[in-house]
Amino acid sequence: MKLLRLAPENTKFPFMRFRRVSYPFSAALSIVSVVLFLTLGMNFGIDFSGGTLMELRAKSGAADISAIRTEMRKLTSGDIEVQGFGSPSDVLLRFGVPKEGAAAQEQTVAAVKDALGSQYDFRRVEVVGPRVSGELVQSGTLGVVISIVAVLCYLWFRFEWQFAVGAIIATMHDLLLTVGFFSITRLEFNTTSIAAILTIVGYSLNETVVVLDRIREMLKKYRKMPTDQLIDVSVNAVLPRTIMTATTVFLALLSLVIFGGEVIRSFSLAMIWGICVATYSSVFICSPMLIYLGLRNTSAEAAPTPDAKETKAKTGAVKTA
Amino acid sequence: MLRFATWKVVSILSATALALLVIVPSLLSPDTRAALSAHLPSWVPLRTIVLGLDLQGGSHVLLEVDAASVLKSEVQNLRDDTRRLLREEKVPVSGGVAMLPQGVQFHLLDPTDAQKIMPQLIKLAQPIGGALLGGPAIPRVDVKDSGNGTIQLLVTDAAIQDKVRHAVDQSIEVLRRRVDALGTTEPNIQRQGDDRILVEVPGLQNPEKLKQILGTTAKLEFRLVAQPGEDANDYEMLDQVDQPGKLPVEKQVMVQGEDLTDAQPGFDQRTGEAIVEFRFNIRGGQRFGEVTSANVGRPFAIVLDGKVISAPRILGPITGGSGQISGHFTVESANNLAILLRAGALPAKLTIVEERTVGPGLGQDSIDAGKRAAFVGAALVLVYMLVTYGTFGIFANIALMVHIAFIFAGLILLGATLTLPGIAGIVLTIGMAVDSNVLIYERIREESHAGRSIISSLDAGFKRAFATIVDSNVTMFVAAAILYFLGTGPVRGFAVSLALGILTTIVTAVTMTRMMIALWYQYKRPTKLPI
Repeated sequence: MKLLRLAPENTKFPFMRFRRVSYPFSAALSIVSVVLFLTLGMNFGIDFSGGTLMELRAKSGAADISAIRTEMRKLTSGDIEVQGFGSPSDVLLRFGVPKEGAAAQEQTVAAVKDALGSQYDFRRVEVVGPRVSGELVQSGTLGVVISIVAVLCYLWFRFEWQFAVGAIIATMHDLLLTVGFFSITRLEFNTTSIAAILTIVGYSLNETVVVLDRIREMLKKYRKMPTDQLIDVSVNAVLPRTIMTATTVFLALLSLVIFGGEVIRSFSLAMIWGICVATYSSVFICSPMLIYLGLRNTSAEAAPTPDAKETKAKTGAVKTA
Repeated sequence: MLRFATWKVVSILSATALALLVIVPSLLSPDTRAALSAHLPSWVPLRTIVLGLDLQGGSHVLLEVDAASVLKSEVQNLRDDTRRLLREEKVPVSGGVAMLPQGVQFHLLDPTDAQKIMPQLIKLAQPIGGALLGGPAIPRVDVKDSGNGTIQLLVTDAAIQDKVRHAVDQSIEVLRRRVDALGTTEPNIQRQGDDRILVEVPGLQNPEKLKQILGTTAKLEFRLVAQPGEDANDYEMLDQVDQPGKLPVEKQVMVQGEDLTDAQPGFDQRTGEAIVEFRFNIRGGQRFGEVTSANVGRPFAIVLDGKVISAPRILGPITGGSGQISGHFTVESANNLAILLRAGALPAKLTIVEERTVGPGLGQDSIDAGKRAAFVGAALVLVYMLVTYGTFGIFANIALMVHIAFIFAGLILLGATLTLPGIAGIVLTIGMAVDSNVLIYERIREESHAGRSIISSLDAGFKRAFATIVDSNVTMFVAAAILYFLGTGPVRGFAVSLALGILTTIVTAVTMTRMMIALWYQYKRPTKLPI
């Protein structure tokens, strides 16, 4: 049986040479992301902005969005958003937090049910008060920060500091670009999006670690090779795996986007973006960073013994062969 | 590589069999399950997977004890206590006892009275029962004597916190009785933080009713309607439930809701209207009898949470210890009120600060969508692995299926909740689980291209890839763990399935695949690697 190979064999792409393109490119994208975040902002869901969300389905036929909108105008003077959601019979209503506070939120829900209950089923009702949403913002931010710090500690233990710094820069890059993605696509940003971001952080580090692991191994094996060449060899060596894994995860996520339903679509789309960015950054951002961080000098001095061991292991292996 | 201890093979196979056994009940229909449980001995676990509220439909309501209302009632109590003390000790004050935002203040006409009243006030400030219970004594009130006759009593923050905590405990009891009366299955009611209560009720058809029942304080009072010419300090104007305009109602309470022993919905025999019938305890019955005897002909107000439900005229002494409340009820609202009165009043006002309700229709749709996504996702990955790695792809696919079985078995055994993001997590781990296989296989290929023998390539592939697998999975696990500790509800479900997926992948992708390859090698003795 002829097996499928997506990645060509024994590639010798000069990845490190791309850093002159990839660094300005990534820097520009990161800046654009920050600017987008500051100007356009995020489309915060009610988890973080507080408010009321209702998912309605017409009991028969298509939903009449404009009629709902006029009906809602009568009920409240605050922010209202009425939009289609998935099929033509589904509608999503969103209200901001009224000035009167949490008690008024519940009254609005009851009023909407009275007004629309005869024509629509209420499939989902979510009400988040201003205090709770504030706390969710806090714990979400805390989660992202703690996870970065925790992983930084782990990397610092397992690798030389240059690796850890490179990995963190790559991860920050992925994080910024994901934020930019949420900002430009106007996908709703809610607690599930925080889950997506943390998973992207995890995946990004996972990718980075695989590349770094190989660089470290090569570093011990070929002591004389120039750093950029050595990194090229390492990245090319793990390239088939990188492509394979990105593809399997992509396939799984694609199925989530297509079949997983509206509720988690923004999560799945963000994850797809995340794995693309993470794969890119592990190759084009993290690895070249090692050149700038002066990896060679420290670790060549620091690890003479493993090198000797490695040579022995190698000769041993050749004997077995 | 080749030597694979028999006990290892046996334990891997039995773990797999066990996982499958754990999952089976969840795949059966509820009827089959019931039939099975009747025939099997009781030790056979028939646990099924717990679905989150977002999948089975239901309401998640977070209530907060209103600290401001607790403070207000504390200040009112303090004022009453202080007035009583001043009266008992016959200490004159100028301008009465004033209420401050967090306490009371009064001015002594004769500053030397301070010596007389201070010891009594300090006694008032003593904690009640605190020392007896061995807990740290929390002073209830700060007494401040300015020296010139002005004395301030301030409720301490610690006392308020203590009150709020108690209010939460008591409220949980009351809410449990109320929710149980709705007849739903397995509601979850628990404290969250210092001042919040989480109520989760699965599979509810009418979430509005739940919210009404949770959000009502249900403080019932029987009070006389004030007569013309009464002192304005003795009555207050109260709203009426279904009539415009206010009614003057005496401040003094004749009988309170806590003196009720039972309340049931019923119908008025003459008018056919829905009513609530109630029965007093002995004390309440006596008191009600006395007051009604003394005030025949006067109207009395039935007050619920500060609003007059109805104000019937006392036609004659009511001494039987029971009575009825009428007030233009529907059958449902009479039933609700009866539930509330039976369960008792909440000690403080509760506000709904978060609500998430998913209807059963959307829940089922989400289950279907999740299933479809999982099946298609898994199928795509399985096919892709097969066409890429051939025989080894089959090994990886077997490991992947066992991996999925392990995740579900783990969820069932842990009693963890499967949510929609949790399903997304499982689909994601399907994509990521094969990563370990990919790492190993690519390494094996590489070693073999470098000129090693088959057996040595296999060995080196597993050995070298393992460190990478551990490193890369630890980072993912850390992210999942943090998500678990900081997230709530559905997001937590995602963290659990992700973390479980990472743990099981080490077993399935590394150990199981290795076993299969070792057995395959021994059986086939291949001369060429199939990848």
